[in-house]
Amino acid sequence: MDETSENLIEIHDLKYSRGPRPIFEGMNLTIKRGEITALMGPSGTGKTTLLRLITRQLIPQHGVIYVNGVDISTLNIRKLYEMRQQFGMLFQNGALLTDISVFENVAFPLREHTKLTNRLIRHVVLTKLHAVGLRGAADMMPAQLSGGMARRVALARAMVMDPEILIYDEPFVGLDPISMGVIVRLVRRMNDALGITSIIVSHDVAEVSTVADRSFLISEGRVAASGSPDELRTAKSELVRQFMHGMADGPVAFHFQAPGYEEQLLGRDSE
Amino acid sequence: MNRMLRDIYNTLLEFVRTFGAFQLFFLKLVKHSPAILATRFDLVVKQVYNAGALSLVIIMICGLFVGGVLGLQGYSNLARFNAEDSIGVFAAFGLTKELGPVITALLFAGRAGTSLASEIGLMKATDQLSAMEMMAVNPVRRVLVPRFLGGVIAMPLLAAVFSAVGLFGTHLVAVELLNVDVGAFWQQMQNTVDIEDINEGILKSVVFGVTASHIAVWEGYNAIPTAEGVGRATTRTVVITAIAVLVFDFMITAAMI
Repeated sequence: MDETSENLIEIHDLKYSRGPRPIFEGMNLTIKRGEITALMGPSGTGKTTLLRLITRQLIPQHGVIYVNGVDISTLNIRKLYEMRQQFGMLFQNGALLTDISVFENVAFPLREHTKLTNRLIRHVVLTKLHAVGLRGAADMMPAQLSGGMARRVALARAMVMDPEILIYDEPFVGLDPISMGVIVRLVRRMNDALGITSIIVSHDVAEVSTVADRSFLISEGRVAASGSPDELRTAKSELVRQFMHGMADGPVAFHFQAPGYEEQLLGRDSE
Repeated sequence: MNRMLRDIYNTLLEFVRTFGAFQLFFLKLVKHSPAILATRFDLVVKQVYNAGALSLVIIMICGLFVGGVLGLQGYSNLARFNAEDSIGVFAAFGLTKELGPVITALLFAGRAGTSLASEIGLMKATDQLSAMEMMAVNPVRRVLVPRFLGGVIAMPLLAAVFSAVGLFGTHLVAVELLNVDVGAFWQQMQNTVDIEDINEGILKSVVFGVTASHIAVWEGYNAIPTAEGVGRATTRTVVITAIAVLVFDFMITAAMI
């Protein structure tokens, strides 16, 4: 796999545990260049952990992750930071720096990594804020923003360096329908216009299906199913059907492992 | 018995491991400090303001009252030997060599140290440090080192202010209230206090500044990223700093006598 390969990210035989609890047990996954890829799955399956492994915020205990043809676990800090400049990441809660304004948050990567003049930085930042509809909030502080607005500012910050890969961790949570529609269109438009690769982690089957080219359903430490949203929607697998159609009964239990309900209510479980 | 020994062994091992990591973390802070001082001095100035200027009021109020107490105690005890004119010397030694650096460090831990630890801990809990990592910005350089240097620079300045205001407090009580001769008060102080005495105070305040700032940024950076974890890190900052300051105070005093 090299820098011109069709596959931008390749994961081979990934194993990762948190304490005694295994999260991934031999996962294999490929993300194609220029596509919007969705990572879906029930809560607690390690989707966010997978993002952190792909960006080397965590290091796998076994297996290899190639990004742009490079095994990221072998990179030294300098090379890793060079590579991370190709990434833009939207965190679940926005992760805006709370002691600086919206404008300075978006300008932050530019000030740290470029020698652009203040005038040029102002132009770039206002352009990105305009794209997410928050040019008017440039002088506000993060604490003054609603959750949805903070997410949109974080999106402007994630794309300010024109990254090659944009990663979204639960981008649709807590957004009103208007903002959600805007974000979905923005993800699609940026992907197509700028030729970037997007990875979305989300539970929101309906929204993800409208925007993703390919989806992976992760369960029990492996890829349980993959394909286009239509393919997953019509899949025969019980797990896929349960997840895609939001059914309570199926292979994924709604209730966490517990003693019998009646026995516990009557106090027999402690005898 | 075996289990108890194993628990003791594991606790000791964990302590040694944490202490080693604490020292390596200090080396990391020191390693990045020259570059930050040279290229991002604006960040350091902001932190000197946060840790120093914002602590000034509490330092000055406490200094004034500690100086006042020294005046009262000094007068009542020295008067037994008809030596109340030496109260200036008594206060100057006490403030510059001991009370100035020590009480300032304890107040610094309570005001600026807790603020540093909780700010860094919350930045961690809200993914701000991870976001920096993802923007290819080293949070140790960008967040921790300026805060560490801000504390190291602010602490000796605060200790100097504490001692100066403390002496003023002693003057108010001894000269204005208890009618000690103003000439004797300042003249004896000037004749007796040497530059070595001042240097001892400066040395202590620098050591305490490094210690308090190091502990605060360490605790914040290693806080468990939950509300409880950040609260615990804040408490530990005050407790560990207080113990470390008093231990170092004893060691420096013993070495300089």
